[in-house]
Amino acid sequence: MRLEINGEWQETEASTLAELLTQLDYGDAPVATARNGAFVRKQDRAATALHPDDKIEILVPRQGG
Amino acid sequence: MDHLELYGVGLSSRLMLGTAQYPSPALLAESIKVSGTQIVTVSLRRESGGGRAGQDFWSLVKSQNVRVLPNTAGCHTVKEVVTTAQMAREVFDTNWIKLEVIGEEDTLQPDVFALVEAANILSKDDFEVFPYTTEDLVVAEKLLRAGCEVLMPWGAPIGSGRGLNNPYGLRAMRAHFPNIPLIVDAGLGAPSHAAQAMEMGYDGILLNTAVAKAGNPPKMARAFAQAIEAGRSAFLADMIEARDMAAPSTPVIGRAFT
Repeated sequence: MRLEINGEWQETEASTLAELLTQLDYGDAPVATARNGAFVRKQDRAATALHPDDKIEILVPRQGG
Repeated sequence: MDHLELYGVGLSSRLMLGTAQYPSPALLAESIKVSGTQIVTVSLRRESGGGRAGQDFWSLVKSQNVRVLPNTAGCHTVKEVVTTAQMAREVFDTNWIKLEVIGEEDTLQPDVFALVEAANILSKDDFEVFPYTTEDLVVAEKLLRAGCEVLMPWGAPIGSGRGLNNPYGLRAMRAHFPNIPLIVDAGLGAPSHAAQAMEMGYDGILLNTAVAKAGNPPKMARAFAQAIEAGRSAFLADMIEARDMAAPSTPVIGRAFT
């Protein structure tokens, strides 16, 4: 299915958010996730099913003012 | 000891330092160290899988032994801000959030209507909110009623280096809220700007660009720390009132040739 991941459309075979993170090689990186604008907790990623056209945000710590 | 207390946390430094725009991670680390700051601001941004910049940055910050204040920089709506705050809480493991809702692109002025709404939502969700706001007293009252225990009025537009654009408004805010921690956040360029705010009785300063974009960031970080300390001491020492005419400092009594 096609998902919008961090603003870019991508094809994926992942069926859950946890699978998607693994496929995208995030590994153990400290990331926070949101699906369609709503926060998804780390412990809920495995149970968060993905659907075509979902908008996924995967964010990491960065410099800020 | 003259301590600042923010949400129950005692701090000996009154400088809060941003972590963006430094020429190198080493200069960021050195600036944090020499400034003596105990709080640095951080953000959340996108990074491709396999990238390490975020992880490396986070490791560097963790090694500095400082508290982090995540921001919601770049958010324009209540929904974006609330989601970003929730994401930041998980990654950074803190209830503190520097609440920024941008309302206007040229000035990066806060959208104070959205700010109050978001502060209400986040406070009810156990966040400890540091709102980036203006010097508007009505907005300030609403933020306090929303649960904020700290207010952070702007000095000038973010990154402008203009100093205190509205000293009257900031002075009025200080007078109106004598017991609320007030931090001037954004727009400072020179250490004297920070000293000016501290002399007014402000409790602290949050800045980033003035240090990060200086020719020598660590030296400038130290200069700001010194200015903040000097301004605070001056405030506590009760400065004299300005007057229009001269008043001789050398005693008049005993003057020769009279």
